[in-house]
Amino acid sequence: MAQIRIENLRKDFGSFTAVRSSSFTVEDGEFFMLLGPSGCGKTTTLRMMAGLELPTSGSIHIGGEEVGMKPASQRDIAFVFQMFALYPHMNVGRNIAYPLISQGMPRAEARKKVAEVARILGIEGLLDRPVGGLSGGDRQRVALGRAIVRRPKAFLMDEPLGALDAEFREHMAEELRALHDRMGATTVYVTHDQLEAMQMGDKIVVMNHGVVEQFGVPQQIYDWPATRFVAAFIGSPPMNFLDFEGAVHEGQDRVELGTAAIAVPRLLEGARGALTLGVRPEHVRLDDAAPFRGEVIATEYLGTTQIVTLDTAFGRVRARRPSAEPVRPGARTGLDFDARTLSVFNATTGRALVSDANREVLAHG
Amino acid sequence: MSFSVTAPSPAARWIAGLLVALYAIVTLLPLAWIIATGFKSPADAIAYPPKVLFEPSLEGYVNLFTTRTRIAEADFAALPPPGTWYEEIVRDQGMVIAGPSRYGERFLNSVIIGFGSTALCMVLGTAAAYAFSRFRVPLKDDLMFFILSTRMMPPIAVAIPIFLMFRQIGLNDTHLGMILLYTAVNLSLSVWLLKGFIDEIPVEYEEAALIDGYTRFQAFRKVVLPQAATGIASTAIFCLIFAWNEYAFAVLLTSGTAQTAPPFIPTIIGTGGKDWPAVAAGATIFLVPVMVFTILLRKHLLRGITFGAVRK
Ligand SMILES: Nc1ncnc2c1ncn2[C@@H]1O[C@H](COP(=O)(O)OP(=O)(O)OP(=O)(O)O)[C@@H](O)[C@H]1O
Ligand SMILES: [Mg+2]
Repeated sequence: MAQIRIENLRKDFGSFTAVRSSSFTVEDGEFFMLLGPSGCGKTTTLRMMAGLELPTSGSIHIGGEEVGMKPASQRDIAFVFQMFALYPHMNVGRNIAYPLISQGMPRAEARKKVAEVARILGIEGLLDRPVGGLSGGDRQRVALGRAIVRRPKAFLMDEPLGALDAEFREHMAEELRALHDRMGATTVYVTHDQLEAMQMGDKIVVMNHGVVEQFGVPQQIYDWPATRFVAAFIGSPPMNFLDFEGAVHEGQDRVELGTAAIAVPRLLEGARGALTLGVRPEHVRLDDAAPFRGEVIATEYLGTTQIVTLDTAFGRVRARRPSAEPVRPGARTGLDFDARTLSVFNATTGRALVSDANREVLAHG
Repeated sequence: MSFSVTAPSPAARWIAGLLVALYAIVTLLPLAWIIATGFKSPADAIAYPPKVLFEPSLEGYVNLFTTRTRIAEADFAALPPPGTWYEEIVRDQGMVIAGPSRYGERFLNSVIIGFGSTALCMVLGTAAAYAFSRFRVPLKDDLMFFILSTRMMPPIAVAIPIFLMFRQIGLNDTHLGMILLYTAVNLSLSVWLLKGFIDEIPVEYEEAALIDGYTRFQAFRKVVLPQAATGIASTAIFCLIFAWNEYAFAVLLTSGTAQTAPPFIPTIIGTGGKDWPAVAAGATIFLVPVMVFTILLRKHLLRGITFGAVRK
């Protein structure tokens, strides 16, 4: 097992830059999520780690060794493809044994290892079956078996659950996480599903347009997004954004939305021009006495909670409230925000302003 | 991929069956006639009206494989009785066997040149198709078009330059020359067909093999080749059929050592009257190898002919 360190990694395809100056570190034994929207360069980053793509510049260290220019076969990593890439002309057992045979392991020993892996994954009964007739979940398990049988330094997985239906995904996700916890193997897992990333990951790196936007533990990223993009991408419904013009100074602990002054964590930097106040739906309270006003336009019942949508002078706000709270569409009400949880963004650059609250998270983002 | 097709009605089935049967009759009738002629006597072969029922005879086959001469009547009468069944057939025509004919040799030439060029074409074609499919080849599209364009004129249009070139470098009337020529003609089609098949094989399989510790070549051999088998088989059939049946170049470029069966068969007519049964026998035997080859690979051919369209 090993630490993986990525430094200033860049990949150009002709004149198109798929990944630009990415840096992050996957600690030994971590379950690490590479999260971002489609086309943001997740797969490209992962393929560079695997050696299937050569970086244009930057370095990749696996277990302290620089491997950027090494061929895939010498990196001692395993890769799980989205479409599993099981060899269709071999049965399940031979598929799993294939990486061992390449190392010249004697057949008898390979058979023993395959049996052991099959037991871990609960597919002992399938070893003689052709891969063609397997269900999605079993294919997934065989692909995992092929990955873990060699005990590689790290597992790289590119949307390994993407081909499964929603119901089964959740089950496989749990299985995968349990397997990881048992083996303690460094795992890099690519997904565009923020829920999956939040649920499964020890750490998340969020990418957009080939750039690493933020990197940290799920809770920190959720609470203290480094950029407006991250704030919008993570959470469902996502963070509310209230755009306003104005200026804030270092040390200030409130912003002016029209006539209403909203308390925010004490800012450690100033900015002027287009600014955005970010507030998560669960941090909005409906309070008739509050000076910041809005009109309820819809409610959406979700069991124990409801999502209340309000129109304000600064944009639409969605609030997550207990279902028991009586809310009537068309009513005008005040909105009160939980001051300790708010973020202020510079709308021009998209970056969050450093405050007392997010200082520590942003320092290593 | 799955298609939803409504089940054909009984009437439609019946009509479709009838059409297929009709087509089969139209294509198979000449073939049946040739095979039948091979077993007729020369008189039956040219009888008018044509005979459908006749007394089968092996005269055509015996004549195909032998050369015969007439000898003086006195010597003929003095001969000991024929020792073998084929000697007897020749004696019945009032002749004796002078020696074997050259049909066997010509047939063997066809086998060597046909299968040799097909094999070479598959090796080169698969390698080229793989490179075009997987690697960043400069000017890829132009090169692929260039390869295709070599097939745009009928190959025989360049027969004279090829004849001169072959004569200059000593390839005239050699097996190697014919193998190279048929390979060159077939290669464009092979590269195009095979590239299509290899494009269909997800590149992830090879990448998985690379990560599993195999070299690029091992990945090609153990992962790509088995999956391209269907494509290779069906392409091989196309190549073999062309090389096997090719007539014009064979007439022009071969005469003695490397002559193939197609230019030889018509020459049978000339030796000793119009010997149609012998010609038919030569054609019948000539059909066999391609038929066997195609039947052996037909499973692949059926799948391959759809050019990879059906992939789950
Ligand atoms: N071989 C290539 N040549 C040219 N462009 C490429 C190549 N591979 C990827 N790209 C481009 O690089 C960008 C990033 O691709 P990548 O596959 O890394 O995205 P991704 O984040 O994995 O997206 P998805 O969620 O859709 O899988 C895309 O715009 C893609 O079109
Ligand atoms: Mg991808």
